[in-house]
Amino acid sequence: MDAAKRYFRSPAAVIGLVLLLVVIAMALSAGILFPRDPLALAGRPLVWPFTNPRFPLGTDNSGRDIAAQIFYGSRISLLIGGVATAIAIAIGTLIGAFAGYYGGWVDNILMRITEAFQTLPNFVLLLVFVAVFGSTLTTVTIAIGVVCWPAPARLTRAEFLSLRNREFVQAGRTLGMRDLQLILGEILPNALPPVIVYASVLMALSILLESALAFLRLSDPNVASWGNLIGLGRDVLRVQWYVSAIPGIAILVTVLAVSLVGQGLNDALNPRLKSR
Amino acid sequence: MRILSLAGRRLAASIPTLFLILIGVFLLLQFAPGDTVDALMAQMGGGDAATARDLRKFYGLDVSVPMQLANYLWHLVQLDLGFSSIYGKPVATVILERLPPTILLMTASLSFAFFFGLVFGVIASRAVNKWPDTLISTLGLIFYATPSFWFGLMAIVVFSIYLQWLPAGGFEDIGQVQSGFWRVIDIARHLILPTLTLGLIFLAIYLRIMRASMLEVLNLDYVRTARAKGLDETRVVTGHVLRNALLPMVTLIGLQAGTMLGGSVVVESVFSLPGLGRLAYESVVQRDLNTLLGIVFVSALLVITVNFVVDLLYARLDPRISAEG
Repeated sequence: MDAAKRYFRSPAAVIGLVLLLVVIAMALSAGILFPRDPLALAGRPLVWPFTNPRFPLGTDNSGRDIAAQIFYGSRISLLIGGVATAIAIAIGTLIGAFAGYYGGWVDNILMRITEAFQTLPNFVLLLVFVAVFGSTLTTVTIAIGVVCWPAPARLTRAEFLSLRNREFVQAGRTLGMRDLQLILGEILPNALPPVIVYASVLMALSILLESALAFLRLSDPNVASWGNLIGLGRDVLRVQWYVSAIPGIAILVTVLAVSLVGQGLNDALNPRLKSR
Repeated sequence: MRILSLAGRRLAASIPTLFLILIGVFLLLQFAPGDTVDALMAQMGGGDAATARDLRKFYGLDVSVPMQLANYLWHLVQLDLGFSSIYGKPVATVILERLPPTILLMTASLSFAFFFGLVFGVIASRAVNKWPDTLISTLGLIFYATPSFWFGLMAIVVFSIYLQWLPAGGFEDIGQVQSGFWRVIDIARHLILPTLTLGLIFLAIYLRIMRASMLEVLNLDYVRTARAKGLDETRVVTGHVLRNALLPMVTLIGLQAGTMLGGSVVVESVFSLPGLGRLAYESVVQRDLNTLLGIVFVSALLVITVNFVVDLLYARLDPRISAEG
């Protein structure tokens, strides 16, 4: 409970939580507020925001409701951010756990692979994945997850290195527990908190990566994604700049919210680091 | 000499990594539907099976995958990256042509982010929890959350379309051929917006690290000693704190080199700069896998080079490292 109290003492963390709840509320209410397909033609193209009450945020190049796309886009962003982060953390903790627990040549090989992944620019590797496996929502999400695993792997490995010879682990070993039991049942739960806090960074990164791909028209074109809308608005940037401006603000707010919540959690869970 | 041997060992250690990357990506590309010859035939508007067979033989695609990989690595050792069917030139030539804008953009963005990150970080740490600190930290958070391509588009709207101060894209004015000084000015004008766009997110990261690291160093005993000697605050900061607080910043350059290269793919596409990033994008769209593989190789080389330079810098800043290493 102390942690919760500490969390709500920080105004930045509270603002972040409120913003995140707003985005989640948008995702949940999209289907109720905009029952029609957000990618269906709704009216005249390029209606400016606040000029027609039917389209509070205006329409895009082909006459689709921007407000609807923003609401449905929050679903895509949260979904991709959440799933990609889960994939990255699953792969990362597994590899980091084995590397840190066994050490020696296992550690050596796994860390070499991690290093190779880290040497390659994230986004370039993402392009390779998209070039090979195409760009449906599923492949893009998996690709982002696969590209992001090295950082959590390193974090987990560091935790395992410091935990693997603690007394509770040795006690388990004397009790005759097998390696896998020790790794998953004993050490992992203790190694997870810093990795979970890092998840917010990964989630922010995943959302930004997907929006950049979508902007380049390399993500799934059949979903209402904020990045898609920005890429579309680029064609009419000269005069109708609002088409690109509005979804950009949505991305900014979401990433900001996720980062603030992550920072708040970090400060609440590691009060000793707060002073830094 | 110690620094040199440290550097040599670091370089040697990166060779296996490089091979691992190439083998991995090469195998990954085998999953791609179609190969160079399919792309070529599609471009020629179709052709018969015999032509396809001849072409496959010409490009060495008629042998098994392990043989192809061995061939590729063997050519690579001789710095031959293969032939780009889309551009009709050797891949190495295409990449070399596209490298200068990217390197220029990366250097400019890095300098911009590093310098202002340092300055703002120091200001924030000197006024910790007062309004300048709050303002700078808030701005940093917002910069960090801003998608770079969106910032670039908005910068174009404001500075190119409405104010008409800066060009909206391109590397230089093709309309008028300039030389010497004026050409440099022209290129610099074209690079201002891309540099700001690419540098912004790194500025946010650097200022945060600089602030944290300054706060940490400011609390150390030797700083208290320096103050006790009667040195004024400016001298304490510039003469004693800065050098030690810089270490994490320098480490970060190496860690962020890859991210920056990835970011330039997007930024170059926004500002239609003819760089490596834009080439990567084009080769994905045109399915030019040979060029894509070459770009992967060159990006890995670039990241390794940056890390190497960072190691040297680090050893200079902190002599203990070369002594231990």
